[in-house]
Amino acid sequence: MSNEGAAATAAPAHAEVTRRVKTRRVTPRQDGPWRQRLEITLFVTPALTLMALFVVWPIASAVRMSFYRWKGFGPMDDFVGWRNYDRVLHDQVFTDAIVHNFTIVILSILVQLPLGLAVALLLNRKIRFRGVLRTVVFVPYVLAEVIAGVVWFQLLQPESGVVDGLISGIGLTPPEQGFLGTPNLALGTVFVVLTWKYLGLAILLFMAGLQSVPEELYEASQLDGASWWQTQRRIAIPLLGPTIRTWAFLSMIGSIQLFDMVWILTGGGPANATTTMATYLINQGTGRYNYGIAGAASVVLFVIGFVMALAYQTFVLRRDTQTEG
Amino acid sequence: MASRRKKEFGGGSPLVYFLALAAVALTVGPVLYGALGGFRSNEQLARDPAGLPDPWVFKNYSNVISNPDFWHYAVNSTVIALITTVVAVLFGVMAAYPLARYQFKFRESLFMVFVLGLLFPAAVAIIPLFILVTRDLSMGNTWWGVALPQAAFALPITVVILRPFLMAIPKELEEAALIDGASRIGIFRWLALPLSVPGLITTGVLAFVGSWNAYLLPLLLLQDDMRTLPLGVADYSTEHSADTAGVLAFTTLAMIPALLLFLTMQRRIVGGLQGAVKG
Repeated sequence: MSNEGAAATAAPAHAEVTRRVKTRRVTPRQDGPWRQRLEITLFVTPALTLMALFVVWPIASAVRMSFYRWKGFGPMDDFVGWRNYDRVLHDQVFTDAIVHNFTIVILSILVQLPLGLAVALLLNRKIRFRGVLRTVVFVPYVLAEVIAGVVWFQLLQPESGVVDGLISGIGLTPPEQGFLGTPNLALGTVFVVLTWKYLGLAILLFMAGLQSVPEELYEASQLDGASWWQTQRRIAIPLLGPTIRTWAFLSMIGSIQLFDMVWILTGGGPANATTTMATYLINQGTGRYNYGIAGAASVVLFVIGFVMALAYQTFVLRRDTQTEG
Repeated sequence: MASRRKKEFGGGSPLVYFLALAAVALTVGPVLYGALGGFRSNEQLARDPAGLPDPWVFKNYSNVISNPDFWHYAVNSTVIALITTVVAVLFGVMAAYPLARYQFKFRESLFMVFVLGLLFPAAVAIIPLFILVTRDLSMGNTWWGVALPQAAFALPITVVILRPFLMAIPKELEEAALIDGASRIGIFRWLALPLSVPGLITTGVLAFVGSWNAYLLPLLLLQDDMRTLPLGVADYSTEHSADTAGVLAFTTLAMIPALLLFLTMQRRIVGGLQGAVKG
């Protein structure tokens, strides 16, 4: 138990001495580097093994698969080079899917950011039932995509659904095929449901960020005669910058990977109006057993996500670390 | 607290309350529609989609509760979520510990491995994962076959959230324990683990809810009696598409456990995320 070098040398000393020892050394403990290496290995191995097996290996296989024509049976030996990529990138269903993914990325930022900010600022005010409101606003985020999707699917049923009923109620004509059945409206409708589902995360993160804004700043601006809106505009929102940028990052990654909600609401239809890269690759893989095509699509999906993350990290998030440091 | 709050802006102009009410209505409306729709008959739903139950019908809910499939799905969901949570949190805190408390050369690069892991969605690797689990590991249609990959994909966020918690443990406590003759493993078990309980709960709830709500991986790996609730909900709603009230009752009952877990743990989750944001 106590055969540790540093512990033994520090043992006769008082806490004061320990503190001095600690400040003198960069590493607080110099007990055998091998022992430390062993401990680190011991702690880290289970997690790394699990990730190697179920994350790294499948991704490497997807890359390998993307260079073969393979239907899932027999040996993978029909090497086709870049042909799967060629087919995927010239398949209009897939290029449309990329457009759909990016539409969702941009709409999410444009719509959910101001909306989430507005609700977070609202809930940060001292109003009655604030605690209940905070809880309620987060409820959709906790529900499974599938469950939210099934409920919205019912709400959006053409004619018999609540949404159509409400629209007829105020004297307008709902689309004949329903909101999810009309190609021009389907993607927008999916986006509305996604906003309903994910706004809670934005609100939660923004509220967390707002709580770290020092109270004194509000008080000072209040004394200077600033209005509520001026205070938010000049103090709260700028200080929320890092939180907003983190949220935007999470939101972008989520939009690029979008699958569940689309699969439940439209399955990618009507007429491929709502396909995403993920629904495309699942369709190719499990629907048509074009494993090579699916592999190429997943590599493209990953590369797009990775480049986006890298660019965002370099151009947007780095500002945070620079200004802080 | 009270003196601080007094100075806050604000309060209740009618407009603010109106906006808050609108936000609540939009948020809860669909959920309430599902819950109340389960208490109506299909005939009531067809007559007035947005109406209230009149009279209240309990048959839909009692049908679901007496449906053995629903309970199979619930048990599968629960077991898979528990395995996922335990594995992700245990392995996650173990990995986060040296990343937070040891000084070594490749510490930050090792941490970057987990940060990068955040970028890998399950969707990218889903087909090879399906092949790996069903053919190479022969774990298709089993609890572990779904739970282990899910835990693997939950590990990055677990490590990223837990590391600041472990870093925040005061050095003095650790040194005191070392002086008392504790080993590093002992410190992990008796000092670091108890002190990072809030973080463990946060990551645990996230892993649990993530698994409970998961769709894509179970969709590929599980069939028949092994299906989870989201699969059950999706299949039920396509198989019984004419029985809207039944679908709504099934869906409502399926959302209760995750909702309850979240509502009871809400404060801790928010606190945990805040800790992670600030750290």
